[in-house]
Amino acid sequence: MTQNAKQTRPKILLVDDDPAVLEPYRDLLAQLPTKPEVFVAATGARAMGLLKTETFRLMICDLVMPKMDGLQLLSIVRRRFPELRTVALTGAADEQLRARAYALGIDMFWVKPDTRGNMEMFLQCIESLLGREDEGGFRGIQSKGLMDIIQMESLSQSSTVLRITRGALVGKLWFNSGDLVDAETNDGVRGEPAFRQILGWKSGTFENLPAEPQRERNITKPLNALLLETAQVIDEIAAPLEGHSPEAAEEAGHRKNVLRLAAMTREGADFVVSLPDDQPKKAEAWGTEATELLSGWMGAAVEVWHKLGQRLEAGPFAHLEGRALDHRLVLLPHEGSTFLVGWPQDAEPEHLTERSKRLVATWGS
Amino acid sequence: MGLLNLFSKPSASVQRLPRGSLTIDRKGQVVATTVPSAFPAEVVQEVGAQVLRLFEEARRAQMPLAELNLHFASLQITARELRGGAVIFLKPKNLFLQST
Repeated sequence: MTQNAKQTRPKILLVDDDPAVLEPYRDLLAQLPTKPEVFVAATGARAMGLLKTETFRLMICDLVMPKMDGLQLLSIVRRRFPELRTVALTGAADEQLRARAYALGIDMFWVKPDTRGNMEMFLQCIESLLGREDEGGFRGIQSKGLMDIIQMESLSQSSTVLRITRGALVGKLWFNSGDLVDAETNDGVRGEPAFRQILGWKSGTFENLPAEPQRERNITKPLNALLLETAQVIDEIAAPLEGHSPEAAEEAGHRKNVLRLAAMTREGADFVVSLPDDQPKKAEAWGTEATELLSGWMGAAVEVWHKLGQRLEAGPFAHLEGRALDHRLVLLPHEGSTFLVGWPQDAEPEHLTERSKRLVATWGS
Repeated sequence: MGLLNLFSKPSASVQRLPRGSLTIDRKGQVVATTVPSAFPAEVVQEVGAQVLRLFEEARRAQMPLAELNLHFASLQITARELRGGAVIFLKPKNLFLQST
């Protein structure tokens, strides 16, 4: 085998406390067409040790193990190694277990193969998971700027609808023969303002939808002029971070605050408090003076949800809704911070979480 | 196929998610509960204590809460304030019936 071939062999980590399982499954998996290297671990602790020293493509984990069970291991692994593909394997067809495992973000939940056909399907799925990374194509726009993607659509004279998602924010750009004809965000902004808003998003995912040639034109400005204008605005906001004068930094900070207050007004929220996970950084608040009191409660809530989440093995924390005397509250984690959004007492409770997610998604942009 | 029963292990088990309700007094003592007795009592106690702490901290922040809903990926905890104590409902989420 050549060095190159060896380097491209994917690595699988198989975790099970039963030695009688590990050996035969290692042999079966090693025979897959991608010829993976299969490592085995009999405990969660051993698996964590291997994950620190080797780069794995896939981990297959039994759920029922003593001491650290599979859900606990998967919970840690999903947090520390988000790129690792994970498969939960179990002998019990248990709907709650399946829900909890998928809630942790696993790629596949598989009940123990009980027929030869099922075993073949299981191995095919594993092979498919191993091969996915070689299929190419974009999975996101972290390494490719949105401006580049838009320019590519324009240069290739595509007719398409580019759908861009950043958390709860969704935007669409309509291209007809490379010409940008319209933009829209899911909070109802259309045309050039929507285009500028979308371009301000720092990261996200995109997909190409079928073209809509009948889309009404709401953008008349040439694409290059729009891109240039938007880039200038983004640069002006970012400039203070790159060592410009304190006055410019203050102005950009003021501008950001204005944009945030505008977003709060648009959504109808009364106040927002953000508490960075990185504790030396201070909490910030918009629309309330009670920053210290509220951030104190937020800190306690973060501790409580960590404790309960771990104790109950209930998966990652999603959000908290609360009803106080004069406000409805939504507390949620977002990009390294915890946000508390206060809404008027008479706000419709059904959609407050979605509206809060949409609001905090604009915070980092 | 001899491999097919390899993942069956009746001895070990994964901790189940709790389902039911509990009432705690202002001191954090569980007064009544419908959570199955198979679920560890100390974990039920811990849930009560942590929820009570959230209500207490909210009062300290001058934002007394009447109700709380904690959403985890696979469990929802709903708590209503009850004269310094609380009544708490624990409800596992079903992946395929989730509305939010």
